[in-house]
Amino acid sequence: MATLTAGTPALTEGPVRRGLWAWITTTDHKRIGILYGITAIFFFVVGGVEALLIRLQLATPNGEVLSADAYNQMFTMHATTMVFLVVMPLAAAFANYFLPLQLGARDVAFPRLNSLSYWIFFFGGMFLTVSFFVGGAPDGGWFGYAPLSTQVDEVVRMDYWALGLQILGVASIASSVNFITTVLTMRAPGMTLMRMPVFSWMTLVVAFLLLFSLPMVAVGLFQVFFDRNLGTLFFDAAGGGDPVLWQHLFWLFGHPEVYVLILPAMGIVSEVLPTFSRKPLFGRTFVIFSGIAIGFMGFGVWAHHMFTTGLGPVAEAAFALTTMFIAVPTGVKIFNWLGTIWGGSVRFNSSMLFALGFIALFVVGGLSGVTHSIVPADSQQHDSYYVVAHFHYVLFGGAIFGIFSGIYYWFPKVTGRLLGEVLGKWNFWLMFIGMNLTFAPMHMLGLNGMPRRTYRYGEGLGFDLWNLVATVGSLILAFGVLLFLVNAFRSYRRGAEAGPDPWDGRTLEWTTSSPPPEHNFDRVPTVEAEDDFWHRKYAEDAEGRAVPRTDVVEVADGPEEDIHLPSPSFYPVLSAFGMFVTLMGLVYVPWGIVASAAGIVITLWGLFGWSMEPLVKEGH
Amino acid sequence: MPDPSEPRSTRRGVALVALTVLLALGAAACSTELPQNSLNPAGPEARKIDDLWWLVFWIAVVIFVLVESALIYAAFRFRRRRNSDDRVRQVHGNTRLEVLWTIIPVVILAIIAVPTLSTIFDLRREPGPEENALEINVIGHQWWWEFEYPEYGIETANELHIPEDRTVYLSLTSADVIHSFWVPQLNGKRDAVPGRVNHLTIIADEPGTYLGQCAEFCGLAHADMRHRVYAHTADDFDAWVAEQQEPAFEPQEGLAGQGWQIFEIVCTACHNVRGTSAQVTRTMTADDGGVTRGFAVSLAPDLTHFGSRTTFGGASFENTADHLRAWLANPADLKPMTPELNDPAEGRILGMPNFGLEADEIDALISLLETWQ
Repeated sequence: MATLTAGTPALTEGPVRRGLWAWITTTDHKRIGILYGITAIFFFVVGGVEALLIRLQLATPNGEVLSADAYNQMFTMHATTMVFLVVMPLAAAFANYFLPLQLGARDVAFPRLNSLSYWIFFFGGMFLTVSFFVGGAPDGGWFGYAPLSTQVDEVVRMDYWALGLQILGVASIASSVNFITTVLTMRAPGMTLMRMPVFSWMTLVVAFLLLFSLPMVAVGLFQVFFDRNLGTLFFDAAGGGDPVLWQHLFWLFGHPEVYVLILPAMGIVSEVLPTFSRKPLFGRTFVIFSGIAIGFMGFGVWAHHMFTTGLGPVAEAAFALTTMFIAVPTGVKIFNWLGTIWGGSVRFNSSMLFALGFIALFVVGGLSGVTHSIVPADSQQHDSYYVVAHFHYVLFGGAIFGIFSGIYYWFPKVTGRLLGEVLGKWNFWLMFIGMNLTFAPMHMLGLNGMPRRTYRYGEGLGFDLWNLVATVGSLILAFGVLLFLVNAFRSYRRGAEAGPDPWDGRTLEWTTSSPPPEHNFDRVPTVEAEDDFWHRKYAEDAEGRAVPRTDVVEVADGPEEDIHLPSPSFYPVLSAFGMFVTLMGLVYVPWGIVASAAGIVITLWGLFGWSMEPLVKEGH
Repeated sequence: MPDPSEPRSTRRGVALVALTVLLALGAAACSTELPQNSLNPAGPEARKIDDLWWLVFWIAVVIFVLVESALIYAAFRFRRRRNSDDRVRQVHGNTRLEVLWTIIPVVILAIIAVPTLSTIFDLRREPGPEENALEINVIGHQWWWEFEYPEYGIETANELHIPEDRTVYLSLTSADVIHSFWVPQLNGKRDAVPGRVNHLTIIADEPGTYLGQCAEFCGLAHADMRHRVYAHTADDFDAWVAEQQEPAFEPQEGLAGQGWQIFEIVCTACHNVRGTSAQVTRTMTADDGGVTRGFAVSLAPDLTHFGSRTTFGGASFENTADHLRAWLANPADLKPMTPELNDPAEGRILGMPNFGLEADEIDALISLLETWQ
């Protein structure tokens, strides 16, 4: 442990806990972060295979790879998986691992709640996956428009969807509360909010977005479940209900959710670009406030998903304006990132390539997003492949490229080893080219009149060529992802030693060893500037250029004592398992009620044990 | 971390991208017919959208080129040089610049907003009495379209016939889940929502066939829920209406007569044929801007003039004897459906069941259907 000073008895490491049990009961934010990451990568592969099956089916007119029934399950589960089981948990993985490290904290505010969040997410993912093996996965779209989602009560597929999303929402709300509390109460001395790293800022904004948006869809999901199983008529027009109500509830959550997916990636890029340009983030305050602005405005644009629903011209005009307006803070960020590179000393390693790729691709998605605010044009684009192209530029070119940039950036901190650069660059270029070949043609397909969610198209519609190109592109893309998996596996085993600070980093996570000790920091750091670690290493000369410090900076870091770490606990996983059993029972009401009752007992047992658990002060 | 392999792999990447673009352009240049193309408007409503689209498109292209060039330029111009001392000027920002690049997008968006808002209201306007609009009710079903012409007392399925150059004002609603009516060459799409009536105006400049399909995911056979619009000259349209107004009849003799006997037993539970005993509709209401309107909707496509249609099964199959034979032998073979979930009493039909018809019965039914021209 490089940063440990020998001969300080207070800091002798306790025995490192090993084995499966240690991972299941862990409350260490770093281990929970790793669990989130590995689980999400697993689901990334699952969702990717679903995507490839979709592309193979559509490679030629009247494809016969999938039946209509299988296709509908695939596109529903591809979206559900990628949104809830990949991008959100990958962002949660980084937030878990790096939020405390960036803030100079020893853990998150509620370590056992953190463990509960992970295990609910894990069992929620399993719950959705189980559906494939018991009569078919959800097939009504990830957006589950009523009354299609409430229509066929003989089949339980959409019950899996309604309950699965519900439980994943519980996990997200719990971790949001946790992150918000961590940010507000656990920052190191001197770490004012405006000195907080941008990634931590974006994590905070995302946590608020989730906290306020999830309850709305939770109400809607309960209503769907009740309509399906209890004979309520919330969304049944014939019974006095309103199917459009569901669309409002879903998109009131669904649009903030879009920013939940992209803001963490923007935060990552805002860390990576300054590091590899050796310059501070240009207009840092602007970037942070535009992130906050996006968060607020994200709640005022939901109806642009409903421009063909028939809201009336006044509402359509209003939402057209709000949608245009939200492009402004987004554009500001892009210009500030350009300003960050400008005049820097840019290192083209894999992490930086993914960050630059993020900007290049996000610009495309952003511009096509503006075309959706042109309501008349949107009436052509809506529910066509043009929209599929748009949001894949934002969510694959944006969120996934940003996340990959973060993986290359932080992998050394987590594992102590660098990810291979040669495979890394192959990984980048294959994904970049594959991504463009896959999704650029979809703009054309959509404008040429191909609707989404169609399992086949006939000959003579002019859709053949672009579909084939997209399928070829998706295979290249998949190969790029495969290279990443190979790279990660090899680098984990035999990658080059990273050391604590391989990139000449700027933020606090680079001050500690790689991987960090269980308690993160021997002494709680005292923060005196933005990019505090950089300022400990570099001063500015008369022309404002960075020059290495020759003097040793005297920093009044905290005392070397009283390290309090959370104890491992079995109760979070037990509670989460109880919820899983409860849900499985609910799918099969009425007889499943018995299982649900058992599940509730298990959950209560877990929560009771949790509340009675003695707070053991670890002998560190 | 300077990486020796970097320039070469970058060049390779650039070459690949360039090759891709060239291939794509080449392919696009020799592209074939696009009967559902939103960029090839065939009526004034679609043209308004198209004009607006190109305005925004070219502005977006300019921004795209500027931003991407700035990105590429900055990345290469400021790449780390070998032996660089990395003493980079630590610029933290520039308020004037940042305010400027906040204001510029606002101005551009304001410029786009003006025609956008006026087009929104223009496209949503209700036609005045002087336009003598043809009103048609469009009812979405899983997975076919019902078109009612209240003015003429006729009904078709999946194939909408309209006169050229006349405003056609559609009232859209749905008998089950949400669908979306979309004929890209004539206008944008509009949802058919159960319990509500939405409106859409379509006008065709010229006689012709305009293809479309349901654009809101509506379940199993969403992809096979297609429709087409036939635009006719005024005279041809009047002739078509007169033809459609003729009732069908119950043939008593020959193969068609045998067909009718089977039809009467098997098909009349769901299908309407005007002028025969096959009459089955249900009533439904929907809210049209605060006014409740009643609709008498069919359970399955009206077959009165089936023989005159060019397609069937959600306009997905050519109306040929071979296709009909395959369909009648087992409808779900041609088009995925779940008739086992049908509940006609509740008005819920999710496809045509397989009635286990023998080959000679099928021939008789086909003969009957061809009789109803």
